[in-house]
Amino acid sequence: MTPQSVELRGIGKSFGTENVLKGIDLSVRPGEFLSLVGMSGCGKSTLLRMIAGLEAPDRGTVSIGGSDVTDMDPSERNLAMVFQSYALYPHMNVRQNIATPLRMRRLPLSARLPLIGGLFAPSQTLREIDAAVEQAAETLHIPHLLDRKPAQLSGGQRQRVALARALVRSPAAFLMDEPLSNLDAKLRAHMREELASLHRRLGATFIYVTHDQIEAMTMSDRIALMSEGRIEQLGTPDELYRSPATLTVARFIGTPSINLLPVEIDAQGKVAAFGQDLGLQAAAAHAGPATLGIRSEDLRPAAEGLAVRVLRAETHGADRFVSCQLLADETVRITLRQAAGETLETGADGLTHLAFAPERAHLFGADGARRELSVRERVAA
Amino acid sequence: MAYVRRYLPHLVLAIGAFVMLLPFYWMFLTSIRSPGEIFDVSLWPIPKDFSAGENFSRAASQVPMARFMLNGVIVCLGILIVQVLTAVPAAYALAKLRFPGRRLLMTLVIAALCVPIQALALPLFVGLAMTELLNTYFAMMAPFFLSVFAIFLFHQSFRSYPNEIIEAARMDGFSEMEICWRLVLRGSLPSLAAFSVFSLVAHWNDLYWPMIVVSDTNLAPPPLGMLYFADVESGANYGALMAGATIITAPMLVCFLLVRRHFIAGITMTGVK
Ligand SMILES: Nc1ncnc2c1ncn2[C@@H]1O[C@H](COP(=O)(O)OP(=O)(O)OP(=O)(O)O)[C@@H](O)[C@H]1O
Ligand SMILES: [Mg+2]
Repeated sequence: MTPQSVELRGIGKSFGTENVLKGIDLSVRPGEFLSLVGMSGCGKSTLLRMIAGLEAPDRGTVSIGGSDVTDMDPSERNLAMVFQSYALYPHMNVRQNIATPLRMRRLPLSARLPLIGGLFAPSQTLREIDAAVEQAAETLHIPHLLDRKPAQLSGGQRQRVALARALVRSPAAFLMDEPLSNLDAKLRAHMREELASLHRRLGATFIYVTHDQIEAMTMSDRIALMSEGRIEQLGTPDELYRSPATLTVARFIGTPSINLLPVEIDAQGKVAAFGQDLGLQAAAAHAGPATLGIRSEDLRPAAEGLAVRVLRAETHGADRFVSCQLLADETVRITLRQAAGETLETGADGLTHLAFAPERAHLFGADGARRELSVRERVAA
Repeated sequence: MAYVRRYLPHLVLAIGAFVMLLPFYWMFLTSIRSPGEIFDVSLWPIPKDFSAGENFSRAASQVPMARFMLNGVIVCLGILIVQVLTAVPAAYALAKLRFPGRRLLMTLVIAALCVPIQALALPLFVGLAMTELLNTYFAMMAPFFLSVFAIFLFHQSFRSYPNEIIEAARMDGFSEMEICWRLVLRGSLPSLAAFSVFSLVAHWNDLYWPMIVVSDTNLAPPPLGMLYFADVESGANYGALMAGATIITAPMLVCFLLVRRHFIAGITMTGVK
């Protein structure tokens, strides 16, 4: 099966009075690894389940490989899904679990009956299924587990079985709903790499749901960031990181989270924080309160700039993160990223100043939308 | 003190078990005693005059005991099979499918749990009489074919079956019936065992309904047969009567012992008791 595109047009869904999806348009290219990310409850799983056919949209259409599948049953869409809980059949061993999608597809009903089914199964087909199972198990390094029951496997092993069951029948696209969220941190990092390499090898279309932005950032070709039933931004991980389209995107992407500074745009479009001119120019039409986003790595200690008090510093391997508190407003926290060896000179009471790279700051209006920003001159900061 | 706390529950349970089991023990005791000893109050298990052989052979020869037992098996299995065939899909739909009116139907099921068979006896009897189905196996089985208790019990246990497995099955191409029978029921075998015991015991021991719809001795299930037996003997030979009772109780005991583990798992799993 060659990888297929997946197209969503105007998808809407309500549960009772709750409007969960509010008109989603999304094109997933053939062979692409696309992640759906967003806060818990924003509708990612619901959207994925609609692509799978497990949930019917109130409005809009789903197409796979150019043909409309909105009214098709899940099994007719030729998609494979990996669930968060893995959803292995508990009474079947690993071999039977992996074989099931093929048996259901290729064997007639009579051959699938328990006990007597074997009499009706064409042996040629059975041999093909066995071979496909062996190969899928090989791909995921689990041939030694084939005769175990799911209950006798670790979480990571179940995960592999679920993946093998998904890829055994070369589907048009893979759908995954937080498949790594039940694994411990180390295994998760390992499986991330393995999934990415699996995607490269298969060249298949992957649609991957996660609320973990690191997973999305490291594996995806493109990310669709969802919030409250809408897609806030669709782009490569780099685009989302470097030019977030909305405040929500800026907040969600990046570890540690972006620093947000309440600022004021005056009638001339000058941007000031707590009365201090930042040397940035916005459109005069956008005068009013706004938010300035600065990534932690774009900050550096300086002789003057934003006055802060250092609260604490943590070293994570090669990076050192310094948490500070803005003097002008003590509720505003600023995190600064340094290399592990660096230090931060502070005066009495841990006071110091931070400067930031103005051309890399992001400005968001009160409605959360991105605003044009230019560097006027280097004043104060 | 800790000693008392540890063994007190056992003591209470033991007393309870004693009270429950005493009549059965008495029945067994009577069945092996000679007529002369029957009214002894002693619980000593070895009678002075061992008449088990005599009592049991009388019980077996006086009335067609084998015939009664066969009738019981036919009626009980017939009821159980139809109950399971109807209740399992109904419970699956109520537990796992979304459709309008589901809540209402579930409420009706629970409400129907409160209706005793006695309330329905007259209309059922009239109906069977008008269709000339009295004195048939069907008449003994029909009122019990649809068991709301079974629907309720299976519903409780199906509800906890993981939705994601059902969804995975739908994507793999299982039909709803295959999901229901091959996956969901498969995951609730203890409930099936528990329900089978409930159903078999209840209908094996049922005297009320067969007495209403059956007058033909050839169709009588064991308890009704016992009644004929008691009539024949004018209640005089208690030893043989109790031997008969022991014979018809034994299959239920065996049936329970066979599925005991599943039965207990089934009850604790569904939270019925
Ligand atoms: N079957 C349902 N009935 C009613 N409401 C539902 C149903 N399924 C989902 N919802 C609601 O829809 C919203 C979106 O749910 P969804 O599962 O898509 O979120 P999500 O983005 O996957 O979140 P998470 O990251 O926590 O998995 C939630 O508010 C949820 O309560
Ligand atoms: Mg979800």
